[in-house]
Amino acid sequence: MKELLVVSGKGGTGKTSLVGAFAVLAENKVLADCDVDASDLHLLLKPQVRETKEFYGSKKAVLHSERCNGCLVCVDVCRFGAISVGRSGRRSVLQGEIRIDPVSCEGCAVCSHACPQGAITMAENLSGHWFISDTPYGPLVHARLGVAEENSGKLVTQVRRQARSIAEERGSGYIITDGPPGIGCPVISSISGVDLALIVTEPTVAGSHDMARILELARHFGVNAMVCINKYDLDEGRTEDIERYCRREGIRLAGRIPFDEEVVNALARGAPAVMSPAGAGRTEGRASRAMREVWTEVSSRLG
Amino acid sequence: MVVAIASGKGGTGKTTVAVNLALTLSGDMPVQVVDCDVEEPNVHLFLRPAIEVSEEVTLPVPVVDKTLCNGCGRCGEVCAFNAVIAIDTQVMVFPELCHGCGGCTRFCPVGAISEEPRGIGIVECGRAGRIEFVQGRVNVGNPLVPPVVRAVKAKIDRARPKVVIVDAPPGTSCPVVASVKDSDFCVLVTEPTPFGLNDLTLAVDMARELDVPFGVVINRSGLGNKDVLAYCRCEKIPVLLEIAFDRRYAACYARGGRLVEEFPELREAFRGLWRRIGVLAKAG
Repeated sequence: MKELLVVSGKGGTGKTSLVGAFAVLAENKVLADCDVDASDLHLLLKPQVRETKEFYGSKKAVLHSERCNGCLVCVDVCRFGAISVGRSGRRSVLQGEIRIDPVSCEGCAVCSHACPQGAITMAENLSGHWFISDTPYGPLVHARLGVAEENSGKLVTQVRRQARSIAEERGSGYIITDGPPGIGCPVISSISGVDLALIVTEPTVAGSHDMARILELARHFGVNAMVCINKYDLDEGRTEDIERYCRREGIRLAGRIPFDEEVVNALARGAPAVMSPAGAGRTEGRASRAMREVWTEVSSRLG
Repeated sequence: MVVAIASGKGGTGKTTVAVNLALTLSGDMPVQVVDCDVEEPNVHLFLRPAIEVSEEVTLPVPVVDKTLCNGCGRCGEVCAFNAVIAIDTQVMVFPELCHGCGGCTRFCPVGAISEEPRGIGIVECGRAGRIEFVQGRVNVGNPLVPPVVRAVKAKIDRARPKVVIVDAPPGTSCPVVASVKDSDFCVLVTEPTPFGLNDLTLAVDMARELDVPFGVVINRSGLGNKDVLAYCRCEKIPVLLEIAFDRRYAACYARGGRLVEEFPELREAFRGLWRRIGVLAKAG
């Protein structure tokens, strides 16, 4: 079983559209959406949720004010500025004005260890949900992190673990994963140990800048990478620059996809941009044809 | 006034709005642009600032003095992030997991743990013409993003009367919250597609959760469908500006060009955006 991750560094390059196409084209696979912050794949794949699980990714400090004597040790020890006191200082504590801001709390528990009264405890925090779903293209594991929640890396790990176990159970050939944007903790959790990272970029200054950062990340984690250029005809000179850069760095190219309003229209219909071979009644658009070729390249590299 | 530009989703045009609003206003008032998208900072590609100061962002991570350590294991008990692990009498430190909370140092009964700074990113300050510029950049492979965002935001100068435009990262989780928190107004940039709408609803939840007044800019208007407009009407969210989809705009962005300089009609549009932000920020 091979694990393919589609990432981009920058958002909005067309990652999810491409994963939607692969969902149609690949046989016998499990799909995973690791963009737990703002997942979009479900808009294309129309999943029927089979199981919903709660995700407790962090702990938060909780103050039991009846035990608090207002010594303010907690305020001094918190390095994240999560504990504050009302304006009248010590007196206000006794009036219940001490406040722990759950958004700033990192769950380090230093305050609870330091409180001489044992007035602060740590509570599990419901940080989001993850789902196992059926789609017309196979099973999908996806998640939703609560708004303003942290530890998306742990939630990503949970999604990947579940996708892997379903793939093993079914003897699937592939896990195809839609990755998060950026190069921070959710991306690091998504990329470690995959067989191939397909980096989708676009021929813009921002696109090539962010592609270089994500390639560096892939190299840092020893992951094989391929590059695919979306909307390549937006600036063909820049497309050639990107391809030259990749050849020089020894990165294999997976192909180029033209800008085609058909992709946006398919999206507006809530459907993947390529049609299943069985349903290929209409003439296929340029972008759709190119996506098919990219899949051929990627799947041959995956072996 | 601090205005954060956020979007839920990446690639909707956050940076475009931040850069062009800054360029439009900088003729009339002092403007500071703060790029908080420290995973993939892009504003500099358009403003091309001269960087004058570059500072390392560090976290205090533990160092164990083995000659003092008596192997009691207290450090491993208090570490909530598995960055310090005590096995038998051996203590191991994993600096990349450390959040810098200081717990192990504080609770070591024999004072065997001290702290040393570990670099996790940089903050750079400079100028682009009349615009003051700040950006952060996390080191590749470092998962701890919010401390770099906080270091960038620490450069916001609220004392002098000016406009501060904060370019936030995509999404709605901790790095975004760190960017948008304490702003006077938040502009949510979206595009008229199902992806744009889905992510906009998440960003709206975030802005409401943080209690920051907000409005929407629709980029690439004319592509996709009308659902974003319908959603905004239904939720009574002000649509501050619509930027039409135009291949010429896309090509200008692609090569790092500045829309308001190449297409003067957009300058007036960004002025209008600023007027509406002013009215709504006061009301909020």
